[in-house]
Parts: sequence; structure tokens; C-alpha cells
Amino acid sequence: MQRKVNQKAWFLVLPVFLLVAFSAVIPLMTVVNYSVQDSFGNNEFFWVGSEWFVEILNSDRFHDALGRQLLFSGIILAIEIPLGIWVALSMPRRGWGASVCLVLMALPLLIPWNVVGTIWQIFARADIGLLGHTLAAMGIDYNYTQSSLSAWITVIVMDVWHWTSLVVLLCYAGLCSIPDAYYQAAKIDGASRWAVFRYIQLPKMQRVLLIAVLLRFMDSFMIYTEPFVVTGGGPGNATTFLSIDLVKMAIGQFDLGPAAAFSLVYFLIVLLLSWVFYTVMTARDGAEA
Amino acid sequence: MAAIHLKNVAHSYIESPKSQADFALKQLDHVWEDGGAYALLGPSGCGKTTLLNIISGLLKPSEGCVLFGEEDVTETDTSQRNIAQVFQFPVIYDTMTVRENLAFPLRNRGVPVKEIIKRVDEVAGMLGLGDQLDNRASGLSADMKQIISLGRGLVRSDVNAILFDEPLTVIDPHMKWVLRTKLKELHRQFGFTMVYVTHDQTEALTFADKVVVMHDGEVVQIGTPEELFAKPAHTFVGYFIGSPGMNVLPAKVDGNDAVIDTMTIKLTQSYGALSGDVEIGIRPEFLKLVPADKSDIHVHINSIEDVGRHKIARCQLGEQTLAVVVPENEHVPIGTMGIKFDPAHTHVYQNSRLIEGVS
Repeated sequence: MQRKVNQKAWFLVLPVFLLVAFSAVIPLMTVVNYSVQDSFGNNEFFWVGSEWFVEILNSDRFHDALGRQLLFSGIILAIEIPLGIWVALSMPRRGWGASVCLVLMALPLLIPWNVVGTIWQIFARADIGLLGHTLAAMGIDYNYTQSSLSAWITVIVMDVWHWTSLVVLLCYAGLCSIPDAYYQAAKIDGASRWAVFRYIQLPKMQRVLLIAVLLRFMDSFMIYTEPFVVTGGGPGNATTFLSIDLVKMAIGQFDLGPAAAFSLVYFLIVLLLSWVFYTVMTARDGAEA
Repeated sequence: MAAIHLKNVAHSYIESPKSQADFALKQLDHVWEDGGAYALLGPSGCGKTTLLNIISGLLKPSEGCVLFGEEDVTETDTSQRNIAQVFQFPVIYDTMTVRENLAFPLRNRGVPVKEIIKRVDEVAGMLGLGDQLDNRASGLSADMKQIISLGRGLVRSDVNAILFDEPLTVIDPHMKWVLRTKLKELHRQFGFTMVYVTHDQTEALTFADKVVVMHDGEVVQIGTPEELFAKPAHTFVGYFIGSPGMNVLPAKVDGNDAVIDTMTIKLTQSYGALSGDVEIGIRPEFLKLVPADKSDIHVHINSIEDVGRHKIARCQLGEQTLAVVVPENEHVPIGTMGIKFDPAHTHVYQNSRLIEGVS
């Protein structure tokens, strides 16, 4: 059979190309452009090659921020994923209770980042905040403006409060899609509560968990607004995560070249780690096919 | 091992049922003989699955009790009953291999490893899963998955009844025969009690020694396929079993005569004065079309359907329509013909239930 080739179809793809170009490629290329040049103002640029990349990759400041960032994301995933699964398992599957829980769960997700930051900034203040004041009254040494530990705990608890719901909702959706027959069969097979979780619920949640882990990792790795509002990266540099450091460098110090190199490295790290998570979590699916 | 006795069991999904209509399963007293092959037949939503889940213990009946032999198991947990169940959609544990799937019920019951290996190999051999044992179960076809579900029941040496809840629904038609034959074979070989839920009459009739027909939460007849065909105890049974189903015609019955519109049919038995809704039922196989001058009762032939083995004539009798089975080689013209009722197979129903007359 003779098939006619019609090149006009390319025109239909054109809008997408344009859109992607303007929204992603062109801004990214600007950053690439900055990262290999130096400027002393007057719109004059000098080619510096990989100098900024070498500088960033060798700087203690970047290493420290990256270390803090990895620790933060690690703690966030270690808390939010199990907690989210546990909450989803405990939520009622039917009736009015289910609707109430869903609405309650969705609430934190609807609050803008800087509002969440402000809420916790006030809530946790040692002088007037309900939480901070109560803790202080109980004799617990808690002050997020002075103690690094307090600052870390505050930022982590705030993120758990804000984002665990997302994990819960995803897991809940996964749980709801399991047909009753699985639970009935498990009863007949004499499976324990743990076996039901391990062999039915967890495998059936695998796909949504992958999404949850990826989203929570990427989001927590790029966190900016909330710690910026609450601690401003302090005390000292205790909660200066990558984004906060980057903004300080780009806007505070106006080091455009290093900041651009920083951005690209940052972007590649997020991409790489996301790819690792994805590959590890889907490894078994691949082996099956 | 033991017969399963459902003693005055009834179930309602509503907290405090007020009327009969609130019951998904109306009161039933029945003994499932040990080693019997039963089919539960009825349309969707008639309470078949409810009944099945009561036997397996997934549901606790709102009334009555369940006895295994002499032992009352109404309160006993599903896993403690010697019952296995295969569901409509194949349930397998995705992350396990076929071997692990088969071993799962035994592992949960703390059976020694040696015994598990022995049982799994035995069952895999019986089901022809021998060469699949180390494959991951999730990649298999629906019929293989269903066989594994069955295997998880067979592997337990304590099981004395296996319940099937429309197990062939998602199986390809050509595999249905294979699986059904395999089930019958296993049943003959091991003699466990089998209760098989289906809404497919062919499946029920070919599979079971005894068919339990359910309608609207009620068991309307329990009998061999032959009994269901020859003497439906309820107009629903007549209509549901047989293709086409029994003709049911409102009639007035007086002594030996049944009067439909203005036409009178002779019956072999005599009935007293009947109250309520009276109908007569006759299967299309027991009606005979004859030339118009050979019978007092005339019908108008509306259409003929040729189904291969025989033809089905759709006829008009006054206000009523009738289906008549006509031998394949007999020519039936569209138009008016005479019709003969076989009196021995003409049944009388009062309020949908079969009434016996006096001969």
C-alpha cells in the first residue's frame, strides 16, 4: 500500500514548540549564558568558560547548603511518607466520616506557602506564639531564632503539617481502588493485618507512592518560601537551604555568573535524584515485562 | 467432612429491617450435603453472593445460624472455617511468585515448611501449574490467575467446601469450558463440597448435581436440572431456565379446565377454586403447532427464529404471546395455525407458585 507523506502536520506541532521554547528553553538558555560569562555592569560580558562551575562545586558554602538540603529532604521523606500511609490507612473508607477527613486533609494544601510560613512564624514565637510560649512555660528550651535545633524542628514540623496531606490523599486514592475481593480473599487465606498491608495494600499503592515520593522529594528539595518567612535561613546559616542560598547569591550579592552556575548544578541534582528515585521504585516493574 | 446447615438464616444490610423487602436474603433453611456440587443460580442482585458470603463467614447473618456438621460456626471467623472461596475477579498477590501465592494460606496458618513445600507441589501438579511455579503471578493471564486463586483453596488440607462466586466471568469463552471441566474433575477426585454461584443457566446446569434457583432474595427451588426443567416450582424458574423460557399465561382454572381468554385447555389434574393470581405455565417444547383445522385453539404466527437445532415460533394467542419450539425440518407459514398443549406438562401457578391438583 502506498502511503502519502504529508509534511503539513509539522505546523500542528508548532504551537507546542513555541510554548515550550518561551516557557522553558529560552529562560534556561539565558541562565546557561550567564553561567559561562562574567559581567562588571554596563552590559559588558566576558567569557569565563567553566570557571563559575569549578568555583561553585568547590565552595564550602555550596557543600554546606547541599548537605543541609539533603538532610532536610531525607527527614521530610522519612516522616511524611510513613505518616501519610498510616493516616490514609486509618481514614474511614465510606460514609460521612470519609468526606470530613478528605476536606480536613485538603485544607493545609490550599494555604499559600508564605501564609503557612507566617502562621508558623507567629505560632512558634517564644514570646507571643501559642506553641512557643506554651513550650517555654513548660520549661522547654525552645527558640527558633536562637537555637539551630529549634529552627530545624520548626521548619520540619511546618513542612510535615503542610504537605503530609498530599501523601495521605494520594495513598487514600490508591487504597480506595483496591477491590473488596482482595480483602475477602485475604481473610479466607488467614492473612494477618500486617500481611494484608505488606502483600495487598502496599503493592497496590506502589504507583501512587512513587508519585508521592517524587513530588515530596522535588518540593522539599526546592523549598524556599516557608523557611525564608520563618527563619530567614538562620540562626546563622542553620536553615539556609539551597534555594535560600541561591537567592542570597543572585539577588543579595548580585553574583550573576556564580548564581547561574549554582542554578544549573541545582537543577541537575534535582533531575538526577528524581531519576534515581524513579528508577529504583520502578525497577521491579521493568523486570516483570 | 461435614454437611453445611444454614438454619433459618436471613440477612438484611439495613440495621433494623421492617418488611420482607428489606431482606437481601429471605429466610432459608437448607442443608448442603457433604461432597455435593451445588449451583446457585439467579439474576444479578438476587442475593446469591450474600448467601455465599454467609457460608464463608465474610458476612454474619442478621438471623439464624450456620452449622458445619453439629458445630455452630455463626460467630467463627472466616479464616477459622474450613472454607475456601474463589471470587469473580481473580485475586492474586502481585508481588509474589506463583509458588508463594499457593503457599500463602499455609504460611499464615503456621504450617511447617516441609509440609508447605509438599502441599504446594501436589496442588501445582493437580492444576498443571508445575512449570509456572517460579514466575511472578501478576504477569499471567486471567484464567491462570483464577486457577491460582483456586489453588490457594485446594492447598489447605482442612478445606471441605470451596465456594465459587461467578469465577468464570472474566475468562475468555474458549477457556471457560476447559476450566469448568477441570473443576468437575477435581470435584470428582477430591469430593469437597462445591457451591458455585452463577447467573448463566448453562454453567449451572452442566456443573451442578443440584441447582438452587434464587429470585429476589429468596430460594424459589432446589432441584436437579431435570426437575427444574420438567417441574418449575415458581414461574421465575420456568422463565429463567430454558431457552426460550416457559410460557406463562394468566388463566382461570376451574376443575379440569383452564380458560385463557375464551379458549379452554384440558388439564390432567383437577384444581379447586383458586384465589389470587392464577397462571398456567407450559414450556415451548411441549406446545405443538398443527394445521388450523386440527385444533380448537388458534394462534397467529408473528415470526420464526431459526436457532439451528430447532426453530422458535413467536405466536399470538389473544392478548398473549407464546413461544413454541418447532422441529428444524417442519415448515411453519406466517399466519394462523392451530396449537396443542401437552396436558402432562401444563402446570398451574397460584401467586407465581406451583399448585398440585388432584388427579
